[in-house]
Amino acid sequence: MKILVGYKRVVDYNVRIQVKPDGTGVVTDGVKLSANPFDDIALEEALRLREKGVAEEVVVVGIGPADLTAHLRNGLAMGANRAIHVVTTDAVQPLTAARIFQKLIEKEQPGLVILGKQAIDDDANQTGQMLAALWDRPQATFASKVEIADGKVTVTREVDAGLEVIEAELPAVITTDLRLNEPRFIKLPDIMKAKSKPIDTIEFGSLGVEANDHLKTTHYAAPAKRSKGVMVKDAAELVAALKQKGLL
Amino acid sequence: MSKILVIAEHLNGKLNSSTARAVSAAAAVKPEAIDVLVLADNADAIAAEAAKIDGVSRVLTIARAENAHPLAAVLAPQIAKAAAGYSHVFAPSTTFGKDVLPRVAALLGVAQVSDVMSVEGSHTFKRPIYAGNAIITVEADAGSTVVATIRTASWSAAASGTNSAPVEALSVDAALPSHTRFVELQSGKSDRPDLQSASKVVSGGRGVGSKENFDIIYKFADKIGAGVGASRAAVDAGYVPSDLQVGQTGKIIAPELYMAIGISGAIQHLTGIKDAGTIVAINKDGEAPIFEIADIGLVGDLFKIIPELEQAL
Repeated sequence: MKILVGYKRVVDYNVRIQVKPDGTGVVTDGVKLSANPFDDIALEEALRLREKGVAEEVVVVGIGPADLTAHLRNGLAMGANRAIHVVTTDAVQPLTAARIFQKLIEKEQPGLVILGKQAIDDDANQTGQMLAALWDRPQATFASKVEIADGKVTVTREVDAGLEVIEAELPAVITTDLRLNEPRFIKLPDIMKAKSKPIDTIEFGSLGVEANDHLKTTHYAAPAKRSKGVMVKDAAELVAALKQKGLL
Repeated sequence: MSKILVIAEHLNGKLNSSTARAVSAAAAVKPEAIDVLVLADNADAIAAEAAKIDGVSRVLTIARAENAHPLAAVLAPQIAKAAAGYSHVFAPSTTFGKDVLPRVAALLGVAQVSDVMSVEGSHTFKRPIYAGNAIITVEADAGSTVVATIRTASWSAAASGTNSAPVEALSVDAALPSHTRFVELQSGKSDRPDLQSASKVVSGGRGVGSKENFDIIYKFADKIGAGVGASRAAVDAGYVPSDLQVGQTGKIIAPELYMAIGISGAIQHLTGIKDAGTIVAINKDGEAPIFEIADIGLVGDLFKIIPELEQAL
């Protein structure tokens, strides 16, 4: 079985985002970029499935400008067999990303697609579900445990009410939650090895996917600031303050 | 004019309060009608509850055995069919809504607006990105159906009781897949107020130290009638089950009172509590980032302070 893994590059999760004063965007120049944390978990899970003998090949897929290659090399260094780079300089919304994956699926015929549950930049949490719909296959979102046997995948999902277990026939789309696994670190020799692994480059325009953005972002703003708080010196003072506010 | 279809969320035959929050957001669009769609195996009791919510015009039910559990692959084709004639389809931005609605949007061939915080116009909405560190205004295409999930922490539940909307059975012609099956739900049962709808929440973090020590948090929460939450660090350390996690990857809540105890306040945690009425931080590290957003802060050892708080109550 072949596994496709979505591997998005985003502003690093430790960066404190600044909104541009004119409201046209957030400052991304000179800001550290990293793999979307949920995508690292997706790749780790795919690699573990390959190590268990469930899968033979793991392919990381990135959508973005020419310099995304360096990011894809990180995925290869982590252990992916090869990478596909869909080249576009435009920001890609989830529906377009799902349509791109659908085209790649037609060509690659994977048994499983693993994506992160959301990207920490747009926080949309849509691409995996949209892809499953376009592909007309099962989806298992927010996965915290994945088991594959007999052409079926059993997934434990983190839902508001607790943990839900579902069973789905393959091929399917899984999106990862944080607790699925602990991604491995990249070792230096693997970075060297990754240099000789193949990266297929596909121009976005050649895929025949419509690029029209259905959602237009017209303004960016910093969140409303909370007013400055007060410090109290002991428990009695805290209780008094809360009682005064009518909260206790 | 707009007509909005709100997808009801329910569990064990009861309507979830997130549905009434989505109805509030729908009302903000000032539509000519708000219909609620209940998909269940047995929809009657749930539909009766939904019919009481103020502002609801009609409750539509699709009662089929296949709808016994909320499997997105099964529900989405039915919702996509039911969406015909509606300008908007809304669902709460809970794990239920996040799972099913993008699948509906893709079937309709439209984008989705995730986590609507405010309605600026019939097709203009505000939503958070970058873990709530930026708020964007987005405009949806006026020519296609608006599919959106509603950030429950930003909306209070529409009042319930005086309305009695008609309930109608709806039949849709949708082929349902059998490739996805429900196995079981392991729920973290609790008598405490539900984390997402509680007016007070007491949360513990890594500073609590162990699963056993977490009892002090539970006891204190029970004493003030609060729900219990936790930081990711506390969940990862195994102190509490993951459904208690508050933050970007857990639950986003907006109680009147939020007490963060032994929580340093990583950006991802703060995202989950930004809209809380009053935030109280108790931490032994006076430099912890949680104090930057706390309304009331107290520096000290939680094991000393909590018993003192209980005394002072």
